[in-house]
Amino acid sequence: MYKYDAIDRQLIAQRVEQFRDQVRRWKAGELSDDEFRPLRLQNGLYVQRHAPMFRIAVPYAMLNTAQLRKLAHVARQYDRGYGHFTTRHNLQLNWPKIEDVPDILAELADVEMHAIQTSGNCLRNITTDQFAGVAADEVIDPRPLAEILRQWTTFHPEFAFLPRKFKIAISGTREDRAVTWFHDIGLHLQQQGGETGFRVLVGGGLGRTPIRGQVVREFLPWQHILTYCEAILRVYNRAGRRDNAYKARIKILVQALGVEEFSKQVEAEWAHLKDGPATLTQAEFDRVAAHFTAPAYNAAAADDAGFRQHLADNTAFARWVERCTHPHRVAGYRAVTLSLKQHGVAPGDITSEQMETVADLADHFSFGELRISHEQNIILADVQEAHLYTLWLTAKGAGLATPNVGLLTSIICCPGGDFCDLANAKSIPIANAIQARFDDLDYLFDIGEIDLNISGCMNACGHHHVGHIGVLGVDKNDAEFYQVTLGGRQGNEARLGKVIGPSFAADEMPDVVDKIIKVYIDNRHEDERFLDTFDRIGIDPFKNRVYEGRAHGKAKAAEKEAA
Amino acid sequence: MAQLIKNQAIALDPWTSLALADGETPETVALPVGQVIFPFAVWQSRRAEILARGTPVGVLLEPADPIEDLAADVDQLALIAVNFPKFVDGRGYSIASLLRQRYGYSGELRAVGDVLHDQLFFMQRVGFDAFALKDGKDAEYALKTAFAPFSETYQVSTSQPQPFFRRRA
Repeated sequence: MYKYDAIDRQLIAQRVEQFRDQVRRWKAGELSDDEFRPLRLQNGLYVQRHAPMFRIAVPYAMLNTAQLRKLAHVARQYDRGYGHFTTRHNLQLNWPKIEDVPDILAELADVEMHAIQTSGNCLRNITTDQFAGVAADEVIDPRPLAEILRQWTTFHPEFAFLPRKFKIAISGTREDRAVTWFHDIGLHLQQQGGETGFRVLVGGGLGRTPIRGQVVREFLPWQHILTYCEAILRVYNRAGRRDNAYKARIKILVQALGVEEFSKQVEAEWAHLKDGPATLTQAEFDRVAAHFTAPAYNAAAADDAGFRQHLADNTAFARWVERCTHPHRVAGYRAVTLSLKQHGVAPGDITSEQMETVADLADHFSFGELRISHEQNIILADVQEAHLYTLWLTAKGAGLATPNVGLLTSIICCPGGDFCDLANAKSIPIANAIQARFDDLDYLFDIGEIDLNISGCMNACGHHHVGHIGVLGVDKNDAEFYQVTLGGRQGNEARLGKVIGPSFAADEMPDVVDKIIKVYIDNRHEDERFLDTFDRIGIDPFKNRVYEGRAHGKAKAAEKEAA
Repeated sequence: MAQLIKNQAIALDPWTSLALADGETPETVALPVGQVIFPFAVWQSRRAEILARGTPVGVLLEPADPIEDLAADVDQLALIAVNFPKFVDGRGYSIASLLRQRYGYSGELRAVGDVLHDQLFFMQRVGFDAFALKDGKDAEYALKTAFAPFSETYQVSTSQPQPFFRRRA
């Protein structure tokens, strides 16, 4: 992975001292709360329900084991011994002290980590596919260009105070795993006539107004990516709405202008920047790409007899291999997902001890590197099949081998009302209640592949819109209710789920999910996944079953009140 | 009263600003004598009259003003002020970039309004060379620390036309 040079290191060290001085001036009253807010947000620091929340960047999902051990240490030393992985390649701490944050940043800088622009109305962390560089369906490794974009976004002088936050995702695979259709800019790396470049999508986003991105350029040669992004950002910075925070994302501007007019403005702006000094050079690409070379794979890894034997002998191991390992471009290797979706634990949460176990596993079995996914799991990308059994035993002992990746209980879930100030409703207890209801592994495997995503408010950090089953926490007269959507999906055919009907009380949610699953089981054809059945039979059978003969939502609340 | 920082020093301001009072219009307002910063609308409607005075001319841009309309006139202006109504309104950064990099403006480019310590670094990089630091802020401390919190920059900007990757050893 990318190693900082002296200048990269110096910049994040200077960032620590800059923020230390900002905290000092804020405490001394030289900076008002309003003046300090964007400064702390651009260092990942929110003021939340119980304590500040601090968001650390994991740029394009890559970590080495020294970094993970540092995160374990920071969580133990400055927090309560655990952290939370988010859907955008960040680690959040829920209980740090503001006064400690400069020291935390200094510790992170020691291992080339930071919290730069992890929040605020600015260019955010670049995200990509967690299997970048090893995926069997990869066309081009997105990581060198993701790192080049990371540097371009870092302290960009013109775009530090945008109308609203701005998120870029980049994907280099046939099947999109980076939710690129729902980012402010989505980039698809591809080859065209022997040339490498991007399809450029703009104006996607989830949140309050979920909109699928639109293509503004079918093919942009890679050398032009920085100038083209500058053009997009300049159009947005000047014309994006600033009168209403809910209408300030670039997606609203693209909708208002229409994608043709928006593209025209971008192209007109780009005409001035094209071929200028910000045009990327082959030398720079090569310099960065040299950091992302393949590790020294064992040429004799294929067809390991011991691995085959364990698969045949041990059902639990075989199940884990089926759910939690993924095809690798090198024969005899797999990418391994360590599930952070153990039933009863907050999805995406990881303790300091678990981080250290993962670091040990990565050192032993995966060349000392790992990734985190937007599904809030950890990936060891380069594991030899011969080592899977030993790895599994250790991971299992640490609560990291729940064989539920891609299944109903591997829930994407935001921190929700337990921690977050924005939330309308709790999300973690809903996830845990559903996990408890579907605790039977045989049943879980029988149900098969299904994405259940939960957000505690319409800001959609839990990506509920693109869950096959989506759950959204809503506030109704100060009570917490949950709206359910069906049929959403990520990937190449990404689309938004449809609302099934009136919302439900928290204690109804396991039953509601149970009924939805039963409709699928009753109607499925052989080999049909949940989504296939849904696409074939539509939403009505689900609606009918879920609302059959019962009061719900407000009506139920009224009944309860009457009783 | 804002404190003016110019040429890396606290400076006296030889300019006065014209602001339209209630009932005054750009077409009819009396033009004060001396070095005056005119609102863009006054400049637009009284351009010939203002130039005929023979004194250095300044223009104040608001974030939404159509700066493209000023492109042909930048050589006539000794000062362009860009207003930041709130420091979180970042449109002025793009305005400055365009004035310097596209329209070739070389006179004084002054940030006015909600101009604070922690934005001076960015403002300088996009091309501002004068800063009307908000009243009550420590101008000496700003001069000492606000303009160079970082010793290097990655991007192309007015103050550094070559990206770091073209200068990397």
